[in-house]
Amino acid sequence: MATRKLIINGKEVEADESITLLQACEQAGAEIPRFCYHERLSVAGNCRMCLVEWVGAPKPQPSCALQVKDIFPNKDGTPAKINTNSPVARKAREGVMEFLLINHPLDCPICDQGGECDLQDQALYYGRANFHRFVENKRAVEDKYMGPLIKTIMTRCIQCTRCVRFATEVAGVPDLGATGRGEDMEITTYLEKAFASELSGNVVDLCPVGALTSKPYAFNARPWELRKTLSIDVMDAQGCNIRVDTRGPQVLRILPRTNDDVNEEWISDKTRHACDGLVRQRLDKPYVRKNGKLRPASWAEAFAAIAARVKATKPEGMAAIVGDLAAAEEIKALKDLMLSLGAANLECRQDGARIGGAPRQGYLLNTTIRGLDSADVLLLIGSNPRWEAPVLNARIRKAWLNSSLRVANIGTPYDLTYPVEQLGGADALSAIAGGTHPFANVLKNAKRPMLILGPGALARPDGAAILNVAAKIAGDTGMIGPAGTAAEGGWIGFNVLHTAASRVAALDLGFIHGRDMAGILDGAQRGEIDFVYLLGADEFDMNKLGKAFVVYQGTHGDAGAHRADVILPGAAYTEKDGLYANFEGRVQAAERATFPPGEGKEDWAILRALSEVLGRKLPYDDRDALRRAIIADAPHFAKLGEVPAHQGADLSVWTNIGKAGPIDARLPLASPIADFYLTNPIARASATMAECSRIFVGGQSRMAAE
Amino acid sequence: MSYRRLAEQQPAAFAFRPEYEPKIAREIAKYPPGRQQSAVIALLWFGQEQEGWVTRPMIEDIARRLSMPYIRVLEVATFYTMFHLAPVGRHHLQVCTTTPCWLRGSDDVVAACKKHIAPTPKTVSADGLFSWEEVECLGACVNAPMLQIGKDFYEDLDGPTTEKLLEAFRAGKPPAPGPQKPGRKSSEPEGGALTLKDPQLYKGGYSRKTGT
Amino acid sequence: MLQDKDRIFTNLYGFEDWTLEGAKKRGNWDGTKDIIARGHDAIIDEIKKSGLRGRGGAGFATGLKWSFMPKEVKDRPHYLVVNADESEPGTCKDRDIMRNDPHTLVEGCLIASFAMRAHTCYIYIRGEFIRERERLQAAIDQAYEAKLIGRNNIHGWDFDCYVHHGAGAYICGEETALLESLEGKKGQPRLKPPFPANAGVWGCPTTVNNVETIAMVPTILRRGASWFASFGRPNNTGTKVFCISGHVNKPCNVEEEMSIPLKELIERHAGGVRGGWDNLMAVIPGGSSMPVLSKEQADTMLMDFDSLAAVKSGLGTAAVIVMDKSTDIIKAFARLAYFYKHESCGQCTPCREGCGWMWRVLTRMQKGNAKVEEIDLLYEVTKQIEGHTICAFGEGASWPVQGFIRHFRPEIERRIAAHHGRDAMPMQEAAE
Repeated sequence: MATRKLIINGKEVEADESITLLQACEQAGAEIPRFCYHERLSVAGNCRMCLVEWVGAPKPQPSCALQVKDIFPNKDGTPAKINTNSPVARKAREGVMEFLLINHPLDCPICDQGGECDLQDQALYYGRANFHRFVENKRAVEDKYMGPLIKTIMTRCIQCTRCVRFATEVAGVPDLGATGRGEDMEITTYLEKAFASELSGNVVDLCPVGALTSKPYAFNARPWELRKTLSIDVMDAQGCNIRVDTRGPQVLRILPRTNDDVNEEWISDKTRHACDGLVRQRLDKPYVRKNGKLRPASWAEAFAAIAARVKATKPEGMAAIVGDLAAAEEIKALKDLMLSLGAANLECRQDGARIGGAPRQGYLLNTTIRGLDSADVLLLIGSNPRWEAPVLNARIRKAWLNSSLRVANIGTPYDLTYPVEQLGGADALSAIAGGTHPFANVLKNAKRPMLILGPGALARPDGAAILNVAAKIAGDTGMIGPAGTAAEGGWIGFNVLHTAASRVAALDLGFIHGRDMAGILDGAQRGEIDFVYLLGADEFDMNKLGKAFVVYQGTHGDAGAHRADVILPGAAYTEKDGLYANFEGRVQAAERATFPPGEGKEDWAILRALSEVLGRKLPYDDRDALRRAIIADAPHFAKLGEVPAHQGADLSVWTNIGKAGPIDARLPLASPIADFYLTNPIARASATMAECSRIFVGGQSRMAAE
Repeated sequence: MSYRRLAEQQPAAFAFRPEYEPKIAREIAKYPPGRQQSAVIALLWFGQEQEGWVTRPMIEDIARRLSMPYIRVLEVATFYTMFHLAPVGRHHLQVCTTTPCWLRGSDDVVAACKKHIAPTPKTVSADGLFSWEEVECLGACVNAPMLQIGKDFYEDLDGPTTEKLLEAFRAGKPPAPGPQKPGRKSSEPEGGALTLKDPQLYKGGYSRKTGT
Repeated sequence: MLQDKDRIFTNLYGFEDWTLEGAKKRGNWDGTKDIIARGHDAIIDEIKKSGLRGRGGAGFATGLKWSFMPKEVKDRPHYLVVNADESEPGTCKDRDIMRNDPHTLVEGCLIASFAMRAHTCYIYIRGEFIRERERLQAAIDQAYEAKLIGRNNIHGWDFDCYVHHGAGAYICGEETALLESLEGKKGQPRLKPPFPANAGVWGCPTTVNNVETIAMVPTILRRGASWFASFGRPNNTGTKVFCISGHVNKPCNVEEEMSIPLKELIERHAGGVRGGWDNLMAVIPGGSSMPVLSKEQADTMLMDFDSLAAVKSGLGTAAVIVMDKSTDIIKAFARLAYFYKHESCGQCTPCREGCGWMWRVLTRMQKGNAKVEEIDLLYEVTKQIEGHTICAFGEGASWPVQGFIRHFRPEIERRIAAHHGRDAMPMQEAAE
């Protein structure tokens, strides 16, 4: 790594040549104000706020646009002198600030950005506070329509073009642009069209002023009124790091937290905006079905009803199904409770995915999200990452942009925002495995090939056979390389993409036992299963539960609750401390931001209480003890934030994944997600998500290529 | 400059007439493979030539032809001021009023336009024949004041010659473009060129290294 | 005075035949093959020796600019781009070259491209020059037809020459904005570095030169660097097409020797200032972006880069805009400020916001509806734009206002005082 000596504010520093002068100044402890510059976007250099003095240069220089390697030493060989706070730099900055403010409305008191506005903050430190000399009329700009999530007040826009660059570069949906020119340049979508990206809400975070603000959050709160809680998203299985902002009992908004290994600083619109679903359709007290009707009950009555039924049921007639949003704590507690009752049937794969069991590599996204950055060929199988994990999809797009990642697809084609070679259906998969498809050689010749098996490949009767073939391809084409992470020179290119936030933790904790999903439903219809415990499970056809007695422990009056005989009101993901393992196998901790409404309780505590009533008291009295029990089952739960280390190329592991068998080439390899915005009970209760669904999906899958 | 927006009334469809296809192909062929976006201005010109102004369906057609997002073509159409985003008269007068023309009386040319076409710019005259607008320096400053109609420059104008010019157009007999002052042909000083009179210049010239 | 035999643009006025046949009679396309036979570097050296400085406004040494191009063509082809986006108010010289003497340019494109190892040249012509584009295209077609250019031409250097047409944007005369526009985008200047010689059009090594610069090259090479350098003063050599507009008796274009006295230029070629030399109020010497000269400066000014730079102005495009004493000088500059407001690309803050501010203040000053302190405010605004923008448009917009204030502050004060006889406070203008 070449470095270069600079003297920044009189201090000699050794700066990496590949970084920008702005970054070098920050490393030297100098703060550089900026509006247009953003680490994750291309450099525009248009706001001119980051001008610094390069002693000897005829004019101040934009530090964001200069790389350290461009800063040559003085003629006498001494390092170049950079001043970030000299009269020249200050004057330049103050001038720019004044220009930005002359046409900016002074409407901070009614602006939702107030209190977290870059312009406001920087005006405080870098503006001229003592005089005001612009007496002309201010510019007024018409507001634009950008969809249901983004409120625009374009008079406040300072034309930094961050949003345009985000749409074009990160989201890959070039719907935003700057039309016109000069002082009449306007940021807009194409003729009042909504910004059709699952990541659209991120432009609100990027906007340094109040031009783009959150529509659902409009006029709801001031940032200083909010309590900020660090949490983990459950809308998909990526485990995006989020911050939950609450006031009193209510979650007012959700923002991304930066984690370069997981979500950089992006989140999907569902992650950000489904939070209004947390207060709608909530189960806030226990219910017991009497004479065919659900009636409110006390906890004691509800537990008694369950106990009576459990007593009357044989263990092999009992089943428990974990839903998509559950945390590790309640999964562990439910498993321990059910096993203590002798219940034989545990299932966490509501969608019927044929996956799980040892080895753990067989169900993880082993390449890791960061590892994806260095892949050169990617084969998607039965996946629509744009809807299954939008932030991951943006990462794939980034790899395509930065390092020309070549992407091919087997299964239904989708618009993924980057070019994808379409190889065909399941027969193409068999052909690649057999080495007869030309793409087999592409994989073999690649340096770091990878494949991603989506839910569309696994949630079908021959899913285990597809899994098996995919593992064979991985072994045959050099996807199983040396140990270590991609950064360390290791490589593992076999990946499974889950969509349920609970899935990996449930598989890690062994929540598959006895009958699988199809077997449970089949048994229920035959009368062989007559007690089913649903832990927030709503994503399957409840009619198939036959006459079984159903306990629904969860948060929303969704499909499961409607079918239930007893309802136990639980806590949503923002209402409990929880551990989640994302699709990489990375365990992350979410903190409780609010309490569950009404009589709702944290889920593991409900199960602990129920266990006492059932006479099978669970052996943990507090969360710490429960977490110790989890770690005893699965030691990696002790290593928060880490991804499992890749163990190396023991190919024998890869022959035991899935189950060899025939593959039905006639079945489509299609993503099971019919509507991105409505994939779980919280999202389905959200008015914002309903609006997004209406506008962007329109009742049918808009995404299919044909 | 006010905000540049597409006209509210838009036609339902747009298609290039067949004679434009070879022209379009020629424009795209000027640029290296994959760089067809470079032809966007040329295609907008063709579209404007055909329709008289730039329409929304035209923008979308051109975007599809060049594999560009619609918004990128809209950006181009709104950035460059020669693209008319609303219908103009059959003869659209672009009157230069930048300082060199203004110094020599462009106010009178504008007054003539206001009187004979419409009091406001970018307004089509009642007979549909004319519209006018003020534009920035057209690069014929030594023949100021001047205006452009279609492809042609009309130079060395004043109020009365502008009115005469308009009448001639209205009568369907546009005069020859160029200086409208009798006797002046080009950018030479009025009354005849003072330089470039040496006949040898036009019999082989002095440019030969071997020449005299 | 420059003699006709030393003029490069012998059909400047279009009295003669512009076609290839006519051009050849005037000595164009003569011995081009011999010139090319001298080799890439010999040509660049000869241009360096001639002292030719770019004729588009900045006056950068042409030979030196050419030498920035890589010496070898690697994976990326080299390009010559000719800047024919002539839009600087007052300037109309390239137009005459393209419509009347187009073969000087086409031949120059071939030679310059060869010198820089480029096989392709784009000539970016402003949108309003439609007839000029047609004429230039016809000349190129003739050159192709005669195998002077194109694949397997008689000069032994494969060369394609294309005309790219703009659509109305002054900023596209800025070289990187021009490259953006050539790529089919809005003409918004790029950040430098990287410079075009490293990463120009489509990321390839590119040199952008003005029409007049390129069109001069063949004659310089035919007659020799010392012939060209014998005109003008050291560091300001050669001949130059001057455009004389405004309040003169006979506005015209004329090719003259560099360093010609301004007064001689106006009186000999343009029939003198309207009402006589003493009726002169001010002269803009090099296109609207160059600061204005007072009459006292104009009296003795030599028209070249260094003399004008010495009085904080510049030769620019050598477009002389003359204003006599009848001029409402404040309005003249308010109108120029409007031009810059209209043509600002809007990309970077100081120019986008500052140009409109300057125009609004000047518009009020034109009526006297301002405070005397606002003259200093206006000057400060220009200083806040200058040097803080991505491209030189910021300077181009602020220098004229600076020059104006430097020389005509009393006039503004007088106008304000007259207005304030009625009203002591500036009134806000109604929204435009």
